[in-house]
Amino acid sequence: MEQERKIRVIVAKPGLDGHDRGAKVIARALRDAGMEVIYTGLHQTAAMIVESVIQEDPDVLCLSILSGAHNALFPQIMQLMKEKGIEDVLVMAGGVIPQDDAAALAELGIEGFYGPGSKLQDIIDYIRAHLKR
Amino acid sequence: MQGMEIDDLVVRMHQGDRRAAARLITLAENDIDAAREISERIFTNTGKAYIIGVTGAPGVGKSSLVNQIIQVLVENGSTVGVVCVDPTSPFSGGALLGDRIRMKEGYPEGQVFIRSMASRGKLGGIARATKDTIAILDAFGFDYILVETVGVGQNEIDIYNTAYTTLLLLAPGMGDEIQTFKAGIMETSDIYVVNKADHEDADRLVSEIESMLDLADNVEFTHGDDHVITVVQQQASTGWRAPVIKTNGLTGDGVEGLLDAVKKHRDYLNSSGEITARVRAKFRKEILDILREKFAVHVEDALDMGKNGDLADLLDAIAARQKNPYTVSDAIGRKVMDKFNQL
Amino acid sequence: MQVMSKENYADNLRKWETRCLEPFLKKYPERKENFKNLSGTDIKICYTPDDISDLDYEKDLGFPGEFPFTRGIYPTLYRGRLWTMRQFAGLGTADDTNQRFKYLIANGQTGLSVAFHLPTLYGYESGTEMTVGEIGKEGVAIDTLADMETLFSDIDLGKISTSMTINAPASILLAMYVAVGEKQGVPADQLTGTIQNDILKEYIAQKSWIFPPEPSMRLIIDTIEYCTAHVPKWNTISISGYHIREAGATAVQELAFTLADGFAYVEAACDRGIDIDEFAPRLSFFFNAHNDFFEEIAKYRAARRIWAKRMKDKYQAQNPESWRLRFHTQTAGVSLQAQEPENNIIRVTLQALAAVLGGTQSLHTNSMDEALALPSEKAVKIALRTQQIIANESGVTNTIDPLGGSYYVEWLTNKMEEEAEKYFQKIDDIGGVIPAIRKNFFQMEIARSAYEYQIQVENGDTEVVGVNFQRSASCSPEKIDLLKIDESVAQRQIQRVQDIKASRDNARVEEVLEAVRVAAEGTDNLMYPILDAVKEYATVGEIIDVLKSVFGVHKEDAVF
Repeated sequence: MEQERKIRVIVAKPGLDGHDRGAKVIARALRDAGMEVIYTGLHQTAAMIVESVIQEDPDVLCLSILSGAHNALFPQIMQLMKEKGIEDVLVMAGGVIPQDDAAALAELGIEGFYGPGSKLQDIIDYIRAHLKR
Repeated sequence: MQGMEIDDLVVRMHQGDRRAAARLITLAENDIDAAREISERIFTNTGKAYIIGVTGAPGVGKSSLVNQIIQVLVENGSTVGVVCVDPTSPFSGGALLGDRIRMKEGYPEGQVFIRSMASRGKLGGIARATKDTIAILDAFGFDYILVETVGVGQNEIDIYNTAYTTLLLLAPGMGDEIQTFKAGIMETSDIYVVNKADHEDADRLVSEIESMLDLADNVEFTHGDDHVITVVQQQASTGWRAPVIKTNGLTGDGVEGLLDAVKKHRDYLNSSGEITARVRAKFRKEILDILREKFAVHVEDALDMGKNGDLADLLDAIAARQKNPYTVSDAIGRKVMDKFNQL
Repeated sequence: MQVMSKENYADNLRKWETRCLEPFLKKYPERKENFKNLSGTDIKICYTPDDISDLDYEKDLGFPGEFPFTRGIYPTLYRGRLWTMRQFAGLGTADDTNQRFKYLIANGQTGLSVAFHLPTLYGYESGTEMTVGEIGKEGVAIDTLADMETLFSDIDLGKISTSMTINAPASILLAMYVAVGEKQGVPADQLTGTIQNDILKEYIAQKSWIFPPEPSMRLIIDTIEYCTAHVPKWNTISISGYHIREAGATAVQELAFTLADGFAYVEAACDRGIDIDEFAPRLSFFFNAHNDFFEEIAKYRAARRIWAKRMKDKYQAQNPESWRLRFHTQTAGVSLQAQEPENNIIRVTLQALAAVLGGTQSLHTNSMDEALALPSEKAVKIALRTQQIIANESGVTNTIDPLGGSYYVEWLTNKMEEEAEKYFQKIDDIGGVIPAIRKNFFQMEIARSAYEYQIQVENGDTEVVGVNFQRSASCSPEKIDLLKIDESVAQRQIQRVQDIKASRDNARVEEVLEAVRVAAEGTDNLMYPILDAVKEYATVGEIIDVLKSVFGVHKEDAVF
C-alpha cells in the first residue's frame, strides 16, 4: 500500500556566491508543483552539500552558482558524491555557466542545465522525467 | 524484494552507515508497509536516545535555539539526531523545508544528523512517519534526538507524547500568548522557554507564564475537552513545576541553564515513576496513529470515485435525500473492516 | 497658465471617452486587458492636468538646486558638469584590473569603481578553503595593501574619485585607500570617492554580510566619524537600492526600502552624537535603472523629494547640503538576457537614458555579455560609448529635468511617493529597519515580488524580447566571445599573499591585530587600529577573523 510519493529536492548554493533570487524562485516553484524542497542556504562547501545529501536522501540536487567558480566546485561535489557511493540522485545546475563549461560538467554527471531565461515548468518537467529512482 | 533491501539497509545502518539510515527514513516515510518491516527489524534497538521536543509558533526562533542546543550537547560529548518538521502546503502538497539553514555545520562526521521532514498534512499531529524517523535515529545510536515542530493546535499535544521532555518556546512581542493561554494548550509543557531574552518584554512574558502556572497548580480541570483529559493525566498534582527559562537563540545565552532543566526533568521522570505513564501514553498514541493511518487509507480507497463505480450513484442518492449519510457510511465501513480483516 | 479648469478637464475627458475612445475600441480593442507598470500600478491611457491638479510648483517641485530638489540637486546639473561615467570594474589580480582601469580612462571614463572578488567581500584570505575556485572571478583579488598599491599604480588618487563596492569589510578597504593615498603623497582630506558600506541592504538583498546587525552598524558609524574628521570629501555610505531591486523588489519597494535604510543610518549616526549637518552631506545613494522608462525617472524624482523633506522637517538638518540626495545609478543587471545578447545594448541604452533624465550624478552602464560572464573589453567599450552618445549627441543634457511638468511623470512621481510613505509606516509599525530585517519583512516582500515577476514572464504577461517574445528556435544562448578568468590568477594571488606574509614584520602584525581585537571589544573607533593593521600588511582575512571572533557571524532565515 503506497501513498503518493513526494519528490524531495535539495537546492544548494555552493561557494561564496550570494545571488539567491533564482534559487529561491525555483525552490518556491518546485514547492508549488508538490515537491518537498530543502534549501541549504549560502556558502556551502562540497563537504556540507554532500553531507546534506547523505542525511536528507533527496531525489534531486539543484546547484545554483553565478560566480564563475563552478569549474572548481562542481567537480569537488561530484567527486565526493562518488566517493560516498551516491549514484541515484539527479544532479542539476543553474546560474551563470557558459556553454563551453556545460559540456565538461555533463561528463561529471550533472544533467539539466537551466540558466537565465529558463522556464520554471521546463525545470519541473525535466525533474519528473529524469528521476533516478 | 523490498524486504531484502530493508534487511541490507538495517545491517548497514547498525554499522554506522548514515546513508542507510537516511534511506530507511525515506522508505518509512513513503510507505507504511515498509515502515512496518523496518520497525520489526529495529524496534528492539530503540529506547536508548533521550527525545526532546521543541515546539512553538512560527517565528519564535526554534531553529536558532535548536542550533544552540546541538552545539552544547556536542561540546559535552553527545551525539545528536535532529528532526525538523515543517508544514506541507495544503494547496500544492509540497513544502519548503528551511530549518537546516540555521544549523551550524562542520561537526565531526557522525556527531550530528539533521533530517528535514514535511508534515504531509496528516491529521493527528506528528505524522506517523516522524515517529518512525525518530525510531530509526534512536536505533542508529544517537544519544539525543531533538524534534522541532511548529506548535499549532493539535500538534502541540502530540509532541508531548512523542518526546520525554518538551520545550515550548515563546517569544515576547508576538502578541498571541494570551490566546494560547485561553486554549488551555499551554499548561501541558514540561519546560517553557522565553526566547529573545534581550527583548524588553521578555521578563514580562516570564511573569505571565509563572502566574499562569501558579493558577494551574490551584485549579481543577473539568473533563469536557478531550485534550484536557490527557493533560490532567500527565500533570496530576505531581512534583514537577515547569520552569520558565530565558534564552537567546542567537548568542546561546541561557542554553546551558536550559539543558540543566532538561536533565532535572529527566531525573524527575525516573525518580517519580512518571516515566511509565508517559511511555504508555506514547505507545498508545503511536498505535492509535498507525491504526488511523491504515484505516484512513482504506477509507480513502473506498471513497475513491475512480475505483468505485457505484460511489457516484450513492452520493447522488444522498443528495436526492433517498439515502442517509450515516447508513451509507455503515455500508462502506463494513467493507473497510472486511478489507482490514483480510490483511 | 491653465486652459481649462479642473472640473472641465474631468468633464472633457469623459466626453472624449464617449465620443472618440469607446467607438474606436469597439472596432480596435486594446492589446491587453490592463496596462500595468512593473510595480503593478495601473497606467491610464493618457494623463491630463486633472491628474496633477494639486501640484504646487514651489512646494512640490521647486527650482533645480533648491528644496525640495525634485527637479535636480544643482542649479546647472549637466550644463555645469556631466554625470561621472563610472564603470564598475574588477577582474583577476590587481595588475589585471589596473590595466582595465587604464583602458577605461583612456576611453573616456571619468571616475573609478572597484569590484572586489567574493573572497574580499566576505573577508576570506585567498588560498583558504572557502576561496577555492573564487579567486579573481567576480572581481579583483585584494588581500593586502600591496594589492591596493598595484591596483592604483600610475593612477593619481588626488585627481580621480574612486567608488568601492565593499560592505562588511568596508572599513579595511577604506583604510587601504587612505594608506595608498599617503604613499602617493595625497593627504586624506584631498581624497574623493565612496565606499558602499551599506550593511542593511546586505541582510535584505545582496547577502554579503559577515557580522550581526549591531556590530555592523557600529563599524559603519565608526567610518562616518572617521571620515567626517579626516576624509571630509569622502562619501561614507552609498545607500543602495540597486541590489534590493536586483533581488526582485519592485521600483516602489526599491524606493521605500532604500530610503528607510538611509533614515536608519541617519538615526544611528545622530545617536552616536555626530552632528547631522556634518555627516549627512556625505551620504550618497545608489539606484537601479530598470526597464519601465518613466517609472524609473519618477522614482529618482520622488527619492529626492522624500529625502529632502524628511531631512529638513523630521531630522531638522539645517544645511541644505544635508537635504540633497546625490546618487549613482547602474543599469539593471537582472534585465540582461543570455539569449540574443546584442539586445542588451538597447536595453542598457534606454535604462541609461532614464537615469540621465532622472538626474543621476554618476552612471554605470552594463555590458551586453554580462548575463554570461564579466565584460570583455569590446563590450565594456560599447557600454561606455552608450553614455557618451547620450551625453554628447542626444541633446537631453541641454535642460534640467526635461520631463518636469509632464502630466504622467508628475502623477507617477506623486504616486510613488505615496506608496513609499505606506511602506515607511509599515516599517515604523514593526519598530524600525533592524527589527523588520529580523522579522524578514523586506525579504518576504522581495521574495514575493520576485516570484510574481517570474510567473508573469512564464505566462507571457510580461514580455522579454528574445526569451518569451520572439524567442529563436534554437533556444540556447548565442555564442559570443566571452571573457575567461585564467586559473593561473589564483596561483599568482595565493603566491603573492604568501610572499607578503613572509616578508612583513609578523611580530608587528600580531600587535596591531591585537589592538584591533581590543578596540572591537570596547567602543573606540575601529578605523585607527585597522589603519595601523593594513599598513603592516595584515590581510583582509586576518583582520576579519579578529572581528569575527569578537562580533560573531550572522545567519539568515530561509525566506521564499
